[in-house]
Amino acid sequence: MAMLHIVNKSPFERVAFDSCLAHASAGDSILMIEDAVVGAVDGSSFSGKVKAAMSDKTVYVLGADLAARGLEGKAMDGIVSVDYAGFVDLTANNDTTQSWL
Amino acid sequence: MSTKNFLFVNRKAPYGTVYALEALEVVLISAAFEQNVSLAFIDDGVYQITKGQNSKATGMKNFSPTFRALGDYDITKLYVSIESLAERGLTVDDLMELTYEDADDDYAEKPSIILVNREEMAAMMTEQEVILSF
Amino acid sequence: MKYTIMVNEGPYQHQSADTALQFTRAALEKGHEIFRVFFYHDGVNNGTRLSVPPADDRLIQKSWSELAEKHGLDLVICIAAAQRRGLMDADEAKRQGLDANNIAPGFRISGLGQLVEGGIQSDRLVVFGD
Repeated sequence: MAMLHIVNKSPFERVAFDSCLAHASAGDSILMIEDAVVGAVDGSSFSGKVKAAMSDKTVYVLGADLAARGLEGKAMDGIVSVDYAGFVDLTANNDTTQSWL
Repeated sequence: MSTKNFLFVNRKAPYGTVYALEALEVVLISAAFEQNVSLAFIDDGVYQITKGQNSKATGMKNFSPTFRALGDYDITKLYVSIESLAERGLTVDDLMELTYEDADDDYAEKPSIILVNREEMAAMMTEQEVILSF
Repeated sequence: MKYTIMVNEGPYQHQSADTALQFTRAALEKGHEIFRVFFYHDGVNNGTRLSVPPADDRLIQKSWSELAEKHGLDLVICIAAAQRRGLMDADEAKRQGLDANNIAPGFRISGLGQLVEGGIQSDRLVVFGD
């Protein structure tokens, strides 16, 4: 049962992102949307945790939210950028979705 | 109507925002649909079930006694994060004693709170079909 | 695939109201069925017809109404959350003895059971909130 974890909080302000990473299982997918996209930026103090998660999970970012925050092109290698249609595909292709509010 | 595994994830403290109270209202309604309901208390969500809540002076209603009624609605699985308690300097003794009467065991009173670590919480989540987060 | 969407935050206050709208549009464009959109917490404010944003801003409530008309969406506002926050349809306003109602076209007010039913009947339930 693969799960899509949707996280929308900056890891620098709230613990939701940390909690998401702590509870996601191998083979799951993690999608950063809204303020969580700041967690995609390479070289941040949080990037190590995201890279560790990528060892057994797939990490996605909503491109529109990255662009809105002036961060396009700053995401670390290995993070897959999706549009809203891609977001829908992720929910369809995983058995369940969990939003880390 | 089919039966699904429903999980309500509570990660926010009570009173500061309305999420905990309105989450509990959904949980109570879900009981009427005879689904397989579980609750998770993670991060600040553990503060929702501390004992001795007294909100009188704030003017807000203390809704924590409602958690005691969940057992009567056959909502008997309340998964509490061990790490979240420890991070906050709390132990299970700081939580309300939440119980249910087990109809399959001569109505013996049993604890509804199930202490789990992160791996166990994650494993429980993989068994769910509908996850509502608050 | 059949979806229920839960919207937990008000328009303009939190981006999740916009994200929910964009997601719902994208799902419809891909041919998925939206069984229901359920508005809870401050999300009920997505259903007021009295919102007048500045001329250069997007129209969130109107967009939901238009989407509902075009695709026959079932937009449900939680009655308990709506009553707390002053969202009323004509019937409810009359029942409460109030002098006005403010619900936008395409929305209806109903109980929390509609959310649970959405979870049971749909293949996927996606929550947008804060």
